[in-house]
Amino acid sequence: MRVMALVKRILRQLVRDKRTIGLLIFAPILVLTMLYFVFNGDDYTPQIGLVDVPEMLADQLDTEGARVTIFQTEAEAKKKLAAQELDGYLKIEGNKPSIVLEGSDPSVTGATMKWLQNALPKATQAVDLPEPKIDYLHGSSEMGQFDYFGPVLLGFFVFFFVFLIAGVSFLRERTTGTLERLLASPLRKGEIVAGYVLGFGLFTTIQSTIITAYAIYVLGMVMEGAFIYVLLIILILALTALTLGILLSSFAHNELQMMQFIPIVVVPQIFFSGLFNLETIAEWLSWMSHLTPLYYAAEALRDVMVRGAGFGDIMINVLILAGFCLLFIAINIAVLSKYRRI
Amino acid sequence: MNEREVCVSIRNVSKSFGKHQVLEDINLDIYEGEIFGLLGPSGAGKTTLVKELAGLDEPSEGENHLFNAKMPSLNLIKRIGYMAQSDALYEDLSAKENLQFFSELYGLKGQKQAQRIKEVMELVQLSGDMTKLVSNYSGGMKRRLSLAIALLHEPELLILDEPTVGIDPVLRKSIWNAFTDLKAQGKTLIVTTHVMDEADKCDRLGLIRDGRLIAVGTPAELKEQTASTTIEEAFLVFGGVER
Repeated sequence: MRVMALVKRILRQLVRDKRTIGLLIFAPILVLTMLYFVFNGDDYTPQIGLVDVPEMLADQLDTEGARVTIFQTEAEAKKKLAAQELDGYLKIEGNKPSIVLEGSDPSVTGATMKWLQNALPKATQAVDLPEPKIDYLHGSSEMGQFDYFGPVLLGFFVFFFVFLIAGVSFLRERTTGTLERLLASPLRKGEIVAGYVLGFGLFTTIQSTIITAYAIYVLGMVMEGAFIYVLLIILILALTALTLGILLSSFAHNELQMMQFIPIVVVPQIFFSGLFNLETIAEWLSWMSHLTPLYYAAEALRDVMVRGAGFGDIMINVLILAGFCLLFIAINIAVLSKYRRI
Repeated sequence: MNEREVCVSIRNVSKSFGKHQVLEDINLDIYEGEIFGLLGPSGAGKTTLVKELAGLDEPSEGENHLFNAKMPSLNLIKRIGYMAQSDALYEDLSAKENLQFFSELYGLKGQKQAQRIKEVMELVQLSGDMTKLVSNYSGGMKRRLSLAIALLHEPELLILDEPTVGIDPVLRKSIWNAFTDLKAQGKTLIVTTHVMDEADKCDRLGLIRDGRLIAVGTPAELKEQTASTTIEEAFLVFGGVER
């Protein structure tokens, strides 16, 4: 069969190109691993000074989660603060506690404040109320930022790399004249697109399986639902990236112009993918999220991985992604008519 | 020659890209079993014309007929062997893998495929470089491999766009011998060239300049009509240049 000839050739070329395979499989793994370490690092331990604080209060203070140093004079503490060896100190003026913060890094300031707000009332209140018991609908107290961002990032990296590689290889087919040569053969335009979808689709299946398995079983990304659904979503997203990449390559004359689509087509999708809270996006802009394939994939991935959703819950999103895919395929065939009408 | 069947019939064909007119009212019949040379400088419109015959382009006006059927048509495309001006090869694959891929596109499989690959590679004298990656081929070798690919499915009509560019004289001679053999098998060949000495080897010539067909005839006829000794001189006369 003619389509299979094309599939065979694409896989042969891919297998021969070790660097591209490396990029498609190891680049997402590398980036996900780095993100894992960035997001799942230990909480910041604030350095806190206590200046001339009554001993009783100092004893009551739960020092867990911070490094506490006791100073005799404020000047001493101020010096340490200026040298950034201290993030903040607490002093009692008259009867009122007051806090001085270093304040140049908002995240450090936040961590310091959080700790102080947590520790102070406990220490100052003589009477302890029982601590509230906390239950989670989804996730757990263990769930970190990485678990919430992870599913989105997983989708994004597969989308990004497949888009780029498929786009560039189809572009090369055009610039080297092989596309024209294919069209001078009895191959139908639909068969060319089908060959690309099947060839890269096969490879993407392997790629997605490896990356997803790595994220879940090695990095321990939260996984409440079934692996197979995650794979299904990733795969259909990859096919969308593939068909979109091929389509946009028709509007690029060289590899550099293909790269120029990244800030225009790929990066904006991150903003609508749910990595940032969509409810805070201006209303006149938020409708755009419904035009980005990544939005549907990220939502479905998060539903399965964080909320343990089944097929019924993700079906609509999967169908929408399939719709994107078919739309891009149809436009691709239409664009090929530029080269040969029949 | 006129009793022979018409293989290609170009009827009142014009082509323009936007305001730029590339072909202007071309009428030409090419007969079965002849080597027809399209001669003209680069930019004259040769490539545009052969692309239309190969089904890759369509005229703005007029019609192209191959084997008495209108182009473009997928059924006709199967009977054509096309070799483009640029070597459309997959450089990251070996010559053999390229040949296998293209032969599968034409439905050649198994034994038949292996046999055809062997035959065409012998014809272009590349049998010893079968497993080499195309990226390691020289320019001339790539041209010959492109020619081999065009011959794979034993097409009745061969459309070759500048087939001998970058090929040394000895090999060029052997390739022209191959063309003569193919002609003897009853195939029709359309060859574009801007090398005047190749023109003498064609059965008939069409001289193209600025998108117009300025003369058609055998090399001898063209020289006789203009009282020239070479095709180059004849071209100048037909082109309206004073000698």
